[in-house]
Amino acid sequence: MKRLIWMAAGLALVGLGALFLTAPKQIDPAKLAGLEPDLMRGEQVFLAGGCASCHATPDATRETRLELAGGQAFVSDFGTFYAPNISSDTLVGIGSWTAFDLANALLHGSSPSKKHYFPVFPYTAYTHVDLQDVVSLFGYLQTLPAMATPSREHDVSFPFNIRASLGGWKLLFSNSDWVLPQAETPEIERGRYLVEGLTHCAECHTPRNFLGGLDKTKWLAGAPNPTGRGTVPNITPVALNWSDADVLAYFKTGFKPDFDTVGGLMAEVVENLAQLPDADLTAIVAYLRAIPSVESEKK
Amino acid sequence: MLKKVTMAAAGLAIATTAVFAASHAAGPFDGPITARKAHMQLYTHNLGILGGMAKGAIDYDSEAASIAASNLATLSTFNQTSYWPQGSDSFENENSRALPDIWQNFPDVGKKGAALVEAATAMNAAAGVGLAELQAAMGAVGGACGACHKAYRKPL
Repeated sequence: MKRLIWMAAGLALVGLGALFLTAPKQIDPAKLAGLEPDLMRGEQVFLAGGCASCHATPDATRETRLELAGGQAFVSDFGTFYAPNISSDTLVGIGSWTAFDLANALLHGSSPSKKHYFPVFPYTAYTHVDLQDVVSLFGYLQTLPAMATPSREHDVSFPFNIRASLGGWKLLFSNSDWVLPQAETPEIERGRYLVEGLTHCAECHTPRNFLGGLDKTKWLAGAPNPTGRGTVPNITPVALNWSDADVLAYFKTGFKPDFDTVGGLMAEVVENLAQLPDADLTAIVAYLRAIPSVESEKK
Repeated sequence: MLKKVTMAAAGLAIATTAVFAASHAAGPFDGPITARKAHMQLYTHNLGILGGMAKGAIDYDSEAASIAASNLATLSTFNQTSYWPQGSDSFENENSRALPDIWQNFPDVGKKGAALVEAATAMNAAAGVGLAELQAAMGAVGGACGACHKAYRKPL
């Protein structure tokens, strides 16, 4: 009997330890001290991050892209996720958040009430976002219209609906190490910040394992299209056979080298990229030329 | 035995012919589908000149740029009504990627067409002026082409 009690106590300790290790993390609030929002920069962060691509309404037009009421559905093997309202509405949006709350969401995937967000929200990439950019983005988001549409509950089945288990998922698949450890030039470094962080290119261009974690040994080497049709291309140096000028023109105009236009989900991406400064776009190209080549898998 | 082989061969021949015929059958909308693809091809050709200059693959030439931009503007204002008969969509025609939504959303299709006219007109005004002007006008043209493709073209 005594032994049983000891065993139970031991198990409880292990359980507590695991919960502690996997508890939603927060940043040190002192790190935000003295940072002031720069709204111009905030808009650039918003565009590079592609926030509107997911959080605008499903029927959004070019004119209503800044109405971030959410509602777009993201179908996955784990269930259907619905992008939440991140407008400035204080009741159903994030109007009552602070920059600290936004930093925890982006960098650690933690909600203000210390719950884990599902990784459909690409915080595994946003973990690289620097705090000045977070503060600027926060300031910019507050200038966008308040939308009263409540967020829709995700439709995720057991066991994936247990948010506490996401702490373990984060331990396995989320860390703030760069995939390209050495950035040889400031331009490549800027490109790395964008591609690995804000523009989260790997979310679609890198294949995933059965638990939905990115396979970083095949970084940007192409993956099945999340829409279920076809594949997202390999953009490592061995496969990206467009010239720098071709890639740049594609980002700025949506025209491919054959003057067909960008299609599928990438059309959304280009709408955002086209509004970034040229220096950021050339930095992205420089980074893509610097990463290791990975041969495409034979079909 | 020989009879069986002959029968099998004959069966195979018939099947092959049928498959061949099915894939080469002239659809009722082949005319308009070919016409609109040709129209797209004309866009592509002229965009190749403008876009090639914009990205530095071709040396900028004010006259050639003006001609291409003028062609583009003319093409954008073609009356295409006869290219798009009801039923010539991607569901009914394997040689088309035009989604049936086009025929449900004519006002929006018209709006997107007007956006192309606007962008091509701006390009026509800019292309001959200078390379920087041409480059600046390129984004809106791409945006107008892409907006319609995104909404109304079946993904590959």
